[in-house]
Amino acid sequence: MRHLTTALAATYAGLLYLFIFLPVIVLVLFSFQDGTLPVPPLNGLTLRWYEAIFADGKLMAALGNSLIVAILSSAVACILGFLAAYAFARYTLPASGLLRGLIVAPMTVSTLIIGLGLLSVLNLTGMRLSLLTVGIGHVVINLPLCFAIIYASMGGHQVNIERAARDLGAKDWQVTLLVTAPMLAPSILAAFFLSVTFSWDEFIVAFLLSRFDVTLPVEIWSMLRSGLDPRTNAIGSVVFLVSVAFLIIMELAVFRKTGKSS
Amino acid sequence: MTATALERAERRKAWAFALPALLWTGFFFLVPFAYMAAISLWTRQGREIVATWTLDNYIAFFEKAHLFKGLVVSLEITAIVTVISIVLAYPLAWIIAERVPKTWQRFALIMAILPFWTSYVVRSYSWLLVLSKGGVVNQALLWLGVIAEPLELSANRTGTVIGFVHFFVMLLTLTIYANLIQLSPNYRRAAADLGANAFQTFWHVVLPLTLPGVMVGAFLTFVLCIGDYITPQILGGNNELVLPQVIMLQLGRRADFPMAAAMSLVLMAIVTLAYIACARWLKMERT
Amino acid sequence: MTADVSIRNATKVFGAFRALDDVSLDIAAGEFIVLLGPSGCGKTTLLSILGGFIEPTSGTIAIGGRDMTHVSPAKRPTTTMFQDYALFPHMCLRDNVGFGLRMRGMGKAERYEKAFSYLDLVGLKASSAKKPHELSGGQRQRVALARALAVDPDVLLLDEPLGALDLKLRRQMQDELKAIQKRVGTTFVHVTHDQEEAMAIADRIVVMNKGRIEDVGTPASIYMRPRSLFSAGFMGEVNLLPAKVRGTAANETEVETALGRVALPASAFVSGMPATGHDVTLCIRPEHFRSANTATPTISLGRGRITDSAFFGTHHRCHVAADGLALTAHLPQTEAPEVGAELDLRLKADSIVVLQAGAGVGP
Repeated sequence: MRHLTTALAATYAGLLYLFIFLPVIVLVLFSFQDGTLPVPPLNGLTLRWYEAIFADGKLMAALGNSLIVAILSSAVACILGFLAAYAFARYTLPASGLLRGLIVAPMTVSTLIIGLGLLSVLNLTGMRLSLLTVGIGHVVINLPLCFAIIYASMGGHQVNIERAARDLGAKDWQVTLLVTAPMLAPSILAAFFLSVTFSWDEFIVAFLLSRFDVTLPVEIWSMLRSGLDPRTNAIGSVVFLVSVAFLIIMELAVFRKTGKSS
Repeated sequence: MTATALERAERRKAWAFALPALLWTGFFFLVPFAYMAAISLWTRQGREIVATWTLDNYIAFFEKAHLFKGLVVSLEITAIVTVISIVLAYPLAWIIAERVPKTWQRFALIMAILPFWTSYVVRSYSWLLVLSKGGVVNQALLWLGVIAEPLELSANRTGTVIGFVHFFVMLLTLTIYANLIQLSPNYRRAAADLGANAFQTFWHVVLPLTLPGVMVGAFLTFVLCIGDYITPQILGGNNELVLPQVIMLQLGRRADFPMAAAMSLVLMAIVTLAYIACARWLKMERT
Repeated sequence: MTADVSIRNATKVFGAFRALDDVSLDIAAGEFIVLLGPSGCGKTTLLSILGGFIEPTSGTIAIGGRDMTHVSPAKRPTTTMFQDYALFPHMCLRDNVGFGLRMRGMGKAERYEKAFSYLDLVGLKASSAKKPHELSGGQRQRVALARALAVDPDVLLLDEPLGALDLKLRRQMQDELKAIQKRVGTTFVHVTHDQEEAMAIADRIVVMNKGRIEDVGTPASIYMRPRSLFSAGFMGEVNLLPAKVRGTAANETEVETALGRVALPASAFVSGMPATGHDVTLCIRPEHFRSANTATPTISLGRGRITDSAFFGTHHRCHVAADGLALTAHLPQTEAPEVGAELDLRLKADSIVVLQAGAGVGP
């Protein structure tokens, strides 16, 4: 009986893992397809599609744009989120529940609506669509997340730690820089990394708010118009590998640290 | 009661810390949102938006079948996806939490959500590779002789649902696992101690205790699924459009911003209703 | 360094709640003061006002003769040792202890040397490179003490620092704390709700209740001669016997209780001499019913019957019924009290304290 359920469980889990990994395996496998169609049969293995994408100036520019937008918008979201979390955790503000609700509100609204709203106001002000406008949109999306993560990690016991620093002569900026920020480093880093991955992958806002300089998802989107193409497989595989590398760094840097100190 | 000098200084500092985030959200979220709400009540003449207040856009949405159908299709697909995803994800989460040795659980979980980190656009594209007529599944089935003609797995509702289920199975496995692992083992011990067998323990104790977590996951699935444009656009074909596709169509081909705004707000109203329903249910569970 | 502290009419109001109500107190330089009371009595509020973390609604604080009422915590000659230690989790012990010196601009070499000497004081020099999470509760507590002392404060404020430790470790730390205080000579103001801890370490105890000071004095005087019913009850078990003043003759005053008339010396009336006919309360510690067979002059409250008895190690705790009153008596461990046996309720005249009814107890 016990063996039977274990076998059933293993079979079920195996099938589901197959379902989960199938598209990724196919994507990576056929990025090496020696032919112009990334579908069976597999004619042979080649690296030429990778050569093609790395030689593609537009694609590489989009990749660079994505990195810049992701890192800068996440940094802004983290700084704003950290400051706001600090304000709400350490001080009593009037209507603080309402104000906190305002900051996390964009999280509950679909990115399509955020993008459309920003687009309509930008049209009104005559501001040109660019990477800057994409970045602004990404901060709007990621700020609630950064705020929520950092706010959740600000416990009451840290109040006394900050008091102790002040008591020992630290000025306000010294308390923030030498005590609060390093103490919250794990959650600030987690918020930053998560924010970077979201921004890196975000499509709708980037699509609506950009024009000539586009981010990688938007560039890949336009590649899709030409149908199945091994070049899309290649760039998709690269993006996946970069994300996984990022995940491993995050796992090692952030979660190991918090695991140790708890 | 007058505030002391210290308290006044503290309050000034509090505002200085909170204002940047509040202003950012105000300028780039609240104002655009309010403006869009206003636009949804205006009309389009040619390519111009005219500020005459009217409910015409909303009325048109509910009256014109080709627009309203988008909402119906969206709701149907979302419901199907949510149910299938929960049914598939719960056992996997349970197996990882209960049957996988402790030291391997984190690894098993990370593996279960690894394709999460492929680019969103790329993920839908790779399903196209799997499901299209010349794709892996059809080729394999043809080769095995199971089918004589390729199955229509993409460019229709099936494709959209499979693409969605793939994403949400990962998401729900994560949330349900987090719930299962939080349960004190003493619940299970107590149930076993009182004579319940493994199935009874699961059915009467573990499942009810994890239901709130499942509900939160289901809500998340609902919100992300009903608002998504990419998956149906890539995998769903052109015969059956979901609401976000209809909205983008208004925007792109017809440049009817007021109509797109009105439909976006309907979409948001539905999400809000779902949120209220979910929150009330959770509250009822707790009391 | 060390300094005296003077609190004048300190009041703190939070909304409708008077956390501190017109408190005045003088603390001598180098004194070990314990603020004792139940939670919500205002002791922590008073400590926070001394540390500068909250400002009093009215009243003044002076340390070393200088007015500190509106001075920020950083600029006060005080440091606080927090209940949860509040060690910086991301810094090693050396950096924790050296933090205050770093804020004062002291160079690295000198700072480390001083940090090491304070870690040495608390016996943790060997662990200076460790992080706080690698330490036990008692060790963290020592680091918090070293960190607070390293900046050489005039006054050290201790906010229930031993609260999180288990009993055995708490006793050990009490002894250490007292020894270190003697060595450094700094004025210590220590908050606790544990009266045994207060007696173990204090030069003087300040008993607080409902935002007010109930009693101030050495541990012995507060225990033996409490000046309020609250203070008497908080310091340990006590029998409260209602009585009426019948008259005063020579240096004795006669009061009437349910257990008969008793003549008491004037020294028993710690909260002033009441007029004839006033209601008073006799406070009798349970361990004072031990004078039945001694030769010293005693007062008799008649006889009682033991209704229940339990052995507590240092004594037998007995419930005694006497004329419808329920009393508690602690009998020596060498005796073997039996339920149902009679007990001679006799005690030394100077062990009774008489308080005016209602003295010191709020409504």
